[in-house]
Amino acid sequence: MTYTLDGATIPADEEGYLSDLSVWNKELAGLIAKDENIEMNDDHWEVVNFLRDYYEEYQIAPAIRVLTKAVKKSLGDDKGNSKYLYELFPYGPAKQACKIAGLPKPTGCI
Amino acid sequence: MAIFDVPTLKDFLDIPKIQEGAMAHSKPFVASPEHQQKLGFPGELVDGWEDKAIAKFGDLLGRYRSLQVYMDSCVKCGACTDKCHYFLGTGDPKNMPVARQDLMRQVYRRYFTFAGKWFPWLVGAKDMTKKVLDDWYSYFHQCSQCRRCAVYCPYGIDTAEISMAAREIMDSVGQGQKYCNEIIGKVHEKSNNLGLPAKALKATLEDLEEDIEDETGIKVRLPLDVEGADILLVTPSADFVAEPHVDGLIGYAKVFHQAGASWTISSYASEAANFAMFIGSYEQMHDIAERIRKAAQDLGVKRIVVGECGHAWRVAYNFWNTLAGPFDFLDPNYPVPMHICEYTHDLIEEGKLKFDKSANDHMTLTYHDSCNVARASRMGDKPGGQFEFPRDIIKAVCNNYVDMAADTIRESTYCCGGGGGLLTDDLMELRVKGALPRMQALKQVTENNGVTHMAAICAICKSQFAKVMPYYGFEMDGIVSIHQLVSNALIMDGQNTGEDPEEDPAPEKETDKDPKTPEISAAEGP
Repeated sequence: MTYTLDGATIPADEEGYLSDLSVWNKELAGLIAKDENIEMNDDHWEVVNFLRDYYEEYQIAPAIRVLTKAVKKSLGDDKGNSKYLYELFPYGPAKQACKIAGLPKPTGCI
Repeated sequence: MAIFDVPTLKDFLDIPKIQEGAMAHSKPFVASPEHQQKLGFPGELVDGWEDKAIAKFGDLLGRYRSLQVYMDSCVKCGACTDKCHYFLGTGDPKNMPVARQDLMRQVYRRYFTFAGKWFPWLVGAKDMTKKVLDDWYSYFHQCSQCRRCAVYCPYGIDTAEISMAAREIMDSVGQGQKYCNEIIGKVHEKSNNLGLPAKALKATLEDLEEDIEDETGIKVRLPLDVEGADILLVTPSADFVAEPHVDGLIGYAKVFHQAGASWTISSYASEAANFAMFIGSYEQMHDIAERIRKAAQDLGVKRIVVGECGHAWRVAYNFWNTLAGPFDFLDPNYPVPMHICEYTHDLIEEGKLKFDKSANDHMTLTYHDSCNVARASRMGDKPGGQFEFPRDIIKAVCNNYVDMAADTIRESTYCCGGGGGLLTDDLMELRVKGALPRMQALKQVTENNGVTHMAAICAICKSQFAKVMPYYGFEMDGIVSIHQLVSNALIMDGQNTGEDPEEDPAPEKETDKDPKTPEISAAEGP
């Protein structure tokens, strides 16, 4: 599939994960989120930005546990759990948030 | 996501009315040329694929006598027809094991039997056409290779092997499945299914060490690449990142710590899984298994312990020796390989682990036998050890345990619905529907016995249940790792608990406690 942003066609795989990570920007993230029926707010951005920073450092999305710890640190104890992350990203923080963050789809037995 | 009706859980499992073509639309994404070529397969469907597929079929019939026997010996008795979870969940008659086999058998008859060559219309023989290939692609990716049908087949015909052969033929002509083939490529490139680089693995393990110390006050290590360690742990990479898998990994680390073991994880072979079995590729299976042998030799370990992974244990237990053996450099006083449940079970029997079983009192457990452990391997040195060891461990660390219905556990266990290379989002409808028989059995013990959680020892089962249980009204965290339960109850030396541990860690008989309020309950409807 593809996304169209400002007249440009941006390629993605069958499920909407970007084929080229470097083309990602905030507008595109908003567009992908819209396709996922997610209205991005500051809390969503907090997670997406963390994922991108982590990916920059480690070339992979973080473990759920690492993500919840980071969210707990920045957003408080009541939000540092996977239930909260699932409220933000109902199809699962690992996959849906990665897609919006422009990261490759996590693979494996997950 | 595709929209589909979630089956309704009733009071008992119904044999569904036949719905012809109900799942004909279900097919996984086809592997891209890039994913195919990395494994040495053609990038896309090759010219003259029909002849090449038949040639490959002939090659496999020569290589695997079992395949030839399975093609010849079915007498259409029908014993298998209602044994497949995908048939029970979908009603599609091509998901009856005999019908699935016949997709291949019809081609076998046409090209490899006298009657089929000369009188195809008399014996149901068919040419290898695109329509047949499409059927193969769809329905051989609706088999999780769980082998339940083979238990009930009077001839022991194993549909898993047939589906592996079909997938191998499809790969060889350029029509592979994206999920499996992309993952196998990642194992070769990055040493695990996730593509988790060594730097990220190291950071993840250090993070877990911090968590354990915060929680228990004990410095429990999760060592990486330690040369000269006694034990190499190979575990599914999902154990490093996914929930509830990671809680199991913490459990292994605590057990090793308490046993005083010298152990390590390898960043070169940071994956126990071997998806090559799912696509039937002996060559790929060999290459993936060989990594583990090399890691063990390079690190100079004496033992290899395999973490909670169903098909990895099948590959390790049954095939490592011929794929990558002999493992004569390992200590012969221990099983080669050894399952983490055997390791923990031994320590429990020797009285070396102390537990506070009340730490798990907020749960009433049941146990899901994973198909590859239950029907394709063993633990310990007695028949049925693979059924008893996990249950013994649960009962040693939990006060409340109840088995599900007898025809849904042990060798009759139902697949979780996501095994055999089908744990992918593009097959979500199949996964949800295929989980029906297990969900039905879980509902029964939830309602009758107050079961709140189900334990498993397979990364695929855990991920699959965490995803599909909510479709049936159960909580996603109703699935737990066995070593998560061990972790909850284990009292390490010097650990601050504030309570006295129970003295007797020996396994107990099933309890008949009053049912507790279920934390998970069956839904009214989808």
